[in-house]
Amino acid sequence: MTPGGSSSPPGVVVVTGVSRYLGAHVAARLAADPRIDRVIGVDVPDPTPEVSGLLAGVERVRVDAGAVGGLLADLDVDTVVHLALVSAPDTQQGGRAAMKEQNVIGTMQLLAACQRAPRLRKLVVRSSTAAYGASFRDPAVFTEETEPREVPRGGFGRDILDIEGYVRGFRRRRPDVTATVLRFAPFIGSTADTTLTRYFSLPVVPTIFGRDARLQFLHFDDALEVLHRSVTEDHPGTYNVAGPGVLALSQAIRRAGRVAVPVLEPGLSGGVALARTLGYGRYGLDQVDLFVHGRVVDISRLEQEFSFTPRSTAAAFDDFIRAHHGRALITREHLAAAEQAVLDGIRQVRAAARERS
Amino acid sequence: MTGPQEEQRDEGHLVNGFAVPPLDARPAARNGHHPAVAEQAGDVWDRRVASGLAFLRRRLAGDYEVDEFGFDPELTEAVFHPLLRRLYRDWFRTEVSGLENVPADSAGLVVGNHSGTVALDALILSTALHHEHPAHRYLRLLGADLVFRMPVVSEIARKTGGTVACNPDAERLLRGGELVGVFPEGFKGVGKLYAERYKLQRFGRGGFVSAALRTGTPIIPVAIVGGEEIYPMLADIKPLARLLKLPYFPVTPTFPWLGPLGMVPLPSKWLIEFCPPIPTAHLTDSADDPLVVFNLADQVRETIQQTLHKLLARRPDPFGP
Repeated sequence: MTPGGSSSPPGVVVVTGVSRYLGAHVAARLAADPRIDRVIGVDVPDPTPEVSGLLAGVERVRVDAGAVGGLLADLDVDTVVHLALVSAPDTQQGGRAAMKEQNVIGTMQLLAACQRAPRLRKLVVRSSTAAYGASFRDPAVFTEETEPREVPRGGFGRDILDIEGYVRGFRRRRPDVTATVLRFAPFIGSTADTTLTRYFSLPVVPTIFGRDARLQFLHFDDALEVLHRSVTEDHPGTYNVAGPGVLALSQAIRRAGRVAVPVLEPGLSGGVALARTLGYGRYGLDQVDLFVHGRVVDISRLEQEFSFTPRSTAAAFDDFIRAHHGRALITREHLAAAEQAVLDGIRQVRAAARERS
Repeated sequence: MTGPQEEQRDEGHLVNGFAVPPLDARPAARNGHHPAVAEQAGDVWDRRVASGLAFLRRRLAGDYEVDEFGFDPELTEAVFHPLLRRLYRDWFRTEVSGLENVPADSAGLVVGNHSGTVALDALILSTALHHEHPAHRYLRLLGADLVFRMPVVSEIARKTGGTVACNPDAERLLRGGELVGVFPEGFKGVGKLYAERYKLQRFGRGGFVSAALRTGTPIIPVAIVGGEEIYPMLADIKPLARLLKLPYFPVTPTFPWLGPLGMVPLPSKWLIEFCPPIPTAHLTDSADDPLVVFNLADQVRETIQQTLHKLLARRPDPFGP
């Protein structure tokens, strides 16, 4: 287990949250890797239609992450990839209570099962840069050592802190297991469908008055690459995973050809809570805090250890824009045409004035 | 001693004057090419309109870069610096000396005295460095968290290159070779009464010194004269400040009596002098040694205080030419 990416492909891999977008893609990619013997996908609901086609090479077991204890022992599982996290409450599936149940209790039970699995060698856990919380006194760029200054207001941020706490406990009790925690920036890409991609697909995008958050995105394909390498190589530790570079929120909205509508911040938190009770939208305080404070992380540890640099935030966002281009209100071509029209207008007026004089 | 230095300063000005061609340097107009003047002026305006429109298009399309701290060089260069230059040159008639003490392409920690009720001195200092320094350096200011708590203000601060005053950010900027500006007096300096003018306040824990030591960056003390007179604070209404959650509530000869008009700064004469850099590369291991840190902070403080006295002697009338 030398750091620096020594290769030790596992035999049997369990992937949780396999019915959803990320889990299905990761499981399919691992199943396609000839070095891995078996990939077992674990989830409760049936896969959504858009991903069910991917899961051909994956054995599926319908239990929730908490009940995999028997599975781990019976099948000699040596690697667990924990992806079953919910980033925003879904009113159709029990709202915030169900989200917390899945995120926190689910992880707790899974880790308890992992602790008892004698053959387990590796644990990969999906986390989020939400682990850094949001505060006005935060440094501009978070390294993995930065501690959050206050507990986040948003449910997802609090869940992430709890989950990472459990992983720390697990590491203490099973030092023989290589535990990798990946703190992902928000995903974006040509096909990924997340709270954030839906937000940027709105024709008129609400923003917070007087704030222009610095954002980072991670291209979905790069997230898959990092997860795959975490399974097939040994990279113990916690890593920030994000596209290098920064986009300001206003800049991202302009690049996407949308129109920003600033909203006053004090009323917004209440409005968000109200909208959620009424069943509109999945935007929570997590998003409000992200758009007030912004979030930028340092990825040098990832680059060093994985010898891999995700494509830049700007490039990842461009890929997303290209896929959603049809719905842009203002395009670069419009702007260039407008610029040319004004210049031509001025030239004509001046030519006319010169003729008269 | 003042003689040769004065000369050197004037020379520096000349050199800088040529290095930064001002917008009104129109050789055609000066040489008296009368027939060509109208035609050329038209071309100048054509070019200005075209570049203005191109700028607008780039902004609206989002075709620009911001760094990880949120610094937007294009916006700073095109909007903020021209505005500040007005204030710097025409209103405050600022004179700068000792620019040769500021490195041209490597990191430096610029430490200054803070004053003036509203922290305009930080902005004027960054204008001085960008306008007069041969390398047109950007000063990356470290601001109090109060600045970053306020909407709009926080974004202007970030877009012009500022960030929260904390050691991780300071060290990251210094490692990146940036020129970082810090005012260790903080609100104690900005919010002091007019009677206390040009008396340096306490320097806190000297966090700035440890940031410089850890990165081996030279410390460049800078003395700023003129900031104290722009909003002379006669009294501080503490209950009102507590109510508004501000560090102080100022009463000046014009504020709050004249309302918004009271926010116009008085046109004092400004002098800025950069002192010789204090090297720290040999002390990198002592970043945690409180004795070394306090001694260095004291040395910086003394240097600034001495230079302030020297500059004040050169400027007998605060509102002189």
